[in-house]
Amino acid sequence: MITVENLVKEFGPKKAVNNVTFTVQRGEILGFLGPNGAGKSTTMRMLTGFFPPTSGKVAIGGHDISENPIAAKKLIGYLPEAAPCYSDMTVRGFLAFCAEMRGLSGGAIADAVNRVAGLCFLEGVLHQSVDTLSKGYRHRTCFAQSIIHDPEVLVLDEPTDGLDPNQKHEVRQLIKRMGEKKAIIFSTHILEEVEAVCSRAMIIDRGTVVANGTPAELKAKAEGAGSVTLRVFGTAAETVKSRLGSLMVAGKVSVSSANNAVSARVFPRDRHVNGELAKAVAELTVKEGWKFDELHTEEGRLDDVFRAITLPDTVKARND
Amino acid sequence: MLSDSIRNIRTIAKRELMGYFNSPVAYVFIVIFLLLNGFFTFMLGGFFEIGEASLARPFFNWHPWLYLFLVPAAGMRLWSEERRTGTLELLLTMPVAAWEAIVGKFLACWVFLAIALALTFPVVATAMYLGSPDVGATVAGYLGSLLLAGAYLAVTVMTSALTRNQVISFIMSVVICFFLIFAGWEQVTSLAVRWAPDWLVNTIAAFSVMPHFMNFQRGVVELRDLVYFVSVMVFSLFTTSVILRNLRGA
Ligand SMILES: Nc1ncnc2c1ncn2[C@@H]1O[C@H](COP(=O)(O)OP(=O)(O)OP(=O)(O)O)[C@@H](O)[C@H]1O
Ligand SMILES: [Mg+2]
Repeated sequence: MITVENLVKEFGPKKAVNNVTFTVQRGEILGFLGPNGAGKSTTMRMLTGFFPPTSGKVAIGGHDISENPIAAKKLIGYLPEAAPCYSDMTVRGFLAFCAEMRGLSGGAIADAVNRVAGLCFLEGVLHQSVDTLSKGYRHRTCFAQSIIHDPEVLVLDEPTDGLDPNQKHEVRQLIKRMGEKKAIIFSTHILEEVEAVCSRAMIIDRGTVVANGTPAELKAKAEGAGSVTLRVFGTAAETVKSRLGSLMVAGKVSVSSANNAVSARVFPRDRHVNGELAKAVAELTVKEGWKFDELHTEEGRLDDVFRAITLPDTVKARND
Repeated sequence: MLSDSIRNIRTIAKRELMGYFNSPVAYVFIVIFLLLNGFFTFMLGGFFEIGEASLARPFFNWHPWLYLFLVPAAGMRLWSEERRTGTLELLLTMPVAAWEAIVGKFLACWVFLAIALALTFPVVATAMYLGSPDVGATVAGYLGSLLLAGAYLAVTVMTSALTRNQVISFIMSVVICFFLIFAGWEQVTSLAVRWAPDWLVNTIAAFSVMPHFMNFQRGVVELRDLVYFVSVMVFSLFTTSVILRNLRGA
């Protein structure tokens, strides 16, 4: 549904987005990550046709956004980063206006307003003026606007920003449910959100895509991902270390002991034997008759991957 | 396609117009407009002294000056407010063409000004009662006044797209509209011909609203004058669309 090819955006001499290429299919939810100023919002503004790219192509459902903007925009629901709403209207008036702009008329407008008010928990404020809403409610009102025409493509710039924990949860569930039938791209700074909701994640740094894959694939890139931690009792640290080190699939082994317990961390010899390492360690433990109370595989944390990929650049940018 | 455009324009215009009447600003504006109109007509215009209950001179004569401040005040927020609050991003990512949004906003404010103008009808009724004013000239005067307001408004729409600050938008608009009066104002042109060649003065005056508006005031509706006002509007609104496009292309 969303096809982006070699997208570039320059602001004066500065390249805010540099050669970004990706696609989002129907049924996919793409999480868009990156440090502040990486170019997420700029990319989304080009996706939605707010401004044209310096070069590159965007197609929504087969319609080029520059050549056929109206047809492309009809398919999109968009939540801008600042969640702007017309503040001189009531919530109901604002949503009705958006519905009408999206081509609904008559009773369909009232139905759509009631539907999204239910989904976004706005029933209580429908008659309130937008400029008296709290930040979270304003954000939800703008989110409601983005789904009022049940679009096939959703572009959400930080949809859970400013929401309380309950609302964050509700909005994530809503996105996940809608993701079954739509193509969704959303940006966020909350990494757990990506794991909870996305089928794929993309990390962008200073305008360039630096990682793109399923959350599991990205996590596997973390340092120490795939290593196995074991804690045994009543056995000498040296013995544990040498036995573990002799396993075929094991690479480096580090041990530390405290009181009676020995904690060992085994790294795989190479990345492709992950599953086998845990199995081999478990078999060894049973064979040796070690008493143990912990045995698990490190999955790797998205935080670590994010920091490893983006931190060096941030530091460099600060230095020069 | 055309029906889609009309629909979009109507939706945007309706929202904008409701915005005027949902705030006290509209009522304050109308009251000030009517008070100033009355003041100019009866005090400065010497409506009673002229003796002939003709509407044209005392009533419409002041409109270029009255509108000079009131029209920019009514229209200054049209685009600058969208830019300031970020709703521009919302509006322009909806399935509407920029020109539809521009025309929608323009029409909303023009209708608002037309309503204010229509409320001056008691003045007409007074004139009708006191004498027998030329009905044709009165209608022509109202038409000219409406077109004049539309021309100023189109200029204001343009300046409001240039900035996110309403005050700056207002000032720029007043300056441009002032030039549109000044270039063809009789007091100025009669002085200018003393040191500038006739053709130059006349060419510059042709860009001014004054000679065109004067014709309407005299009760003369000429195609030339209609074309002038429509051209000012089309040119300003077209420039607005260029400004909005460049703004986003930056
Ligand atoms: N209109 C503009 N004019 C000039 N520079 C701009 C403009 N808009 C964005 N930029 C620059 O482009 C870069 C990318 O900005 P963008 O808003 O896309 O970042 P982001 O990834 O959304 O960041 P955040 O996480 O803070 O929302 C920034 O360096 C920003 O300063
Ligand atoms: Mg952003």
